[in-house]
Amino acid sequence: MKNQRKGPKTAWSAHSALLPMGLVVLIAYVASILWTVRISFSSSKMLPKSDWAGLSQYVRLFTNERWTIDMVHMVQFGVFFIAGALILGFLLAVFVDQKVRLEGVFRTIYLYSYAISFVACGVVWQWMFNPTLGIQRSLQSWGWESARFDWIASQDMAIYCVVIALLWHSAGLVMAILLAGLRGVDEELWKAARIEGVPRWRYYTSIVLPQLGATVSTAVVLLAISVVKLYDAVVAMTNGGPGDATDVPSKFIMDNLFERQNIGLASAASTTMLITVLIIIAPLMYARSRSKTAASHS
Amino acid sequence: MKNIKMSLLATLIASLGISSPALAQKAEVIHWWTSGGESAALKQLADGYNKAGGQWVDNAIAGGDNARAAALNRIAGGNPPTASQFNTSKQYHELIDAGLLADVDEVAAKEGWDQWMPGPIKNVIKKNGHYYAVPVNIHSGTWFWYSKAVLAKAGVAEPKTEAEFWTALDKIKASGQTAFAQSGTLSYERSTFSAVLLHMGGRDMYMKFYGDKDANVVKSAAFKTVLEKFKKLRSYTDAGVAGRSWNDTTALLVTDKAGFQTVGDWAKGEFLAAGKTAGKEFGCFQGWGPKAPYMVSGDVFVLPKTTNKDAIAAQQLLAKVITSPATQVAFNMKKGSIPIRPDVDASGMDICAQAGVIALKDPARATPDPSMLMAPDIFGNVSDVITKFWNTDIKVEDAQGMFVKALASN
Repeated sequence: MKNQRKGPKTAWSAHSALLPMGLVVLIAYVASILWTVRISFSSSKMLPKSDWAGLSQYVRLFTNERWTIDMVHMVQFGVFFIAGALILGFLLAVFVDQKVRLEGVFRTIYLYSYAISFVACGVVWQWMFNPTLGIQRSLQSWGWESARFDWIASQDMAIYCVVIALLWHSAGLVMAILLAGLRGVDEELWKAARIEGVPRWRYYTSIVLPQLGATVSTAVVLLAISVVKLYDAVVAMTNGGPGDATDVPSKFIMDNLFERQNIGLASAASTTMLITVLIIIAPLMYARSRSKTAASHS
Repeated sequence: MKNIKMSLLATLIASLGISSPALAQKAEVIHWWTSGGESAALKQLADGYNKAGGQWVDNAIAGGDNARAAALNRIAGGNPPTASQFNTSKQYHELIDAGLLADVDEVAAKEGWDQWMPGPIKNVIKKNGHYYAVPVNIHSGTWFWYSKAVLAKAGVAEPKTEAEFWTALDKIKASGQTAFAQSGTLSYERSTFSAVLLHMGGRDMYMKFYGDKDANVVKSAAFKTVLEKFKKLRSYTDAGVAGRSWNDTTALLVTDKAGFQTVGDWAKGEFLAAGKTAGKEFGCFQGWGPKAPYMVSGDVFVLPKTTNKDAIAAQQLLAKVITSPATQVAFNMKKGSIPIRPDVDASGMDICAQAGVIALKDPARATPDPSMLMAPDIFGNVSDVITKFWNTDIKVEDAQGMFVKALASN
């Protein structure tokens, strides 16, 4: 009897401990999201209005050339950034997994860039890419006079400067996540594979990688979130320029929300982003929960 | 994204009715004057207010956008500051329409604003017959600055006509120096465009473009020429343009690495900080000829409406102190701008500021800044076209089409 009564009591205290967090989530996140969606259907400009304007803000949004360009940039950035971070992170993780000496030192070095804020990262890479200050200047001063590396001033290549800077920033995190996954792989497998004469690269791609599904999808979700919220690094690095070459949706939203006094349009853009994120993230989350339940059943 | 949520949260909390009571004559002022020179200037306002018996509560927020966003959130949420800085523009006009700003008619009548306030400023602070903002200073965003050393090395004198300006650029370029220093940020690409439009296209075309949003002007051959000239300037810039801030760009002139730059008179602070004197190491001109248009911009403080009697008293005192002759001179000497009042002593100012004072007195020369003529959202769309045209190889005709579309956007 005593033990039975203990159950609900613990749940009560646990729930009351969670209550503040729950309230914060409810008020700060859910309510704000609902409010944003509501505003996106109004004619609000500088101040929020409570009238109904139908889909007019969405029509304005999708006829806005800059928004279309921004969405293309996000996809462009997302594909190269996620693929690059996974490949780079995996290679780093495999390297650290080789039981190298001073493993802790390497791990810290690789993860260190993640501890730097996006703004600092953006500023540093802006200097690195600046043809009159950074890499190009160094190459030239070392004697390679014809060296040219002015991607950041180029309409077509500037977005890849952002990709490189963010890869440098995030590859270490992917390494840490994948390394944790690698450490969970049974070492006996490698011994068995070695007896069979399987080369090491084949062991990693065909035996280890398929077992890392859940770990990889965690990394992908985290990377996808940083694709969507990409803002500070771009502002610090290029401020969307040259022209609109590195402009991204969240910068469009912030510009319209504040400088351009277009709350309605900004809310429509935010809502569109939210739906986009849900469409991308939901299948991944579903796949992950499926693989988890499958694992617990087997 | 996080910022959006934070500001929404702030609005939400504010709208729940949490407000702090204001004390007697205590004025909380939101502004974005945070750099060395700016805060030295602001101190003159605060000192003036404190001397007049008030208590200045400083609320500095770095960055104009951030400061305005914070003020808007608090005004919309019902917990407004005593006063808040805006640019002398249409930025706060929606607040007037929503009935959220107090008028300053009493101070304006006592000081006779109707008689002496420069036209472009008056038009944008007065709406429906009432004054809704307290102007602090007058800046001009389209000055031309030049390094005398660079011009001397190329063997050219200060250009007195547009043709001489282009010749000077060619000669500086031929001498192996950077002829035109340009910042890589959208605001300053836009200000260079405005300078070209105003000084090479003329005041009429400028007013029709920004003021009347006239599509026929954009389609005209004369406007096409302006666009071509704007784009031609790009061929005189250096390789380090991308993302460069206006002050790093001015530094090129300060260190004699580039010839010309067109930027507002706030650039003067950079020269002064490096120990240079106007007319000696660097020069300034505001277009060509004695009738060159003079673009006027500046800052104002708006006074959000409140029912708190102490806060109202504080607002009235603030309006009076800010526009008083003594504060005006003290503030503007430090800020690099010129006073809003014509009846103050300008003899202590440098030659550039004095030229500005003279230009301002001629209504045919004083021209409103684009943000006084255009609402922020259309202005934003126009800016997008400017930066696109400047940075890419799109055809002039296509740019004209994009301008027509941007002017019609609403």
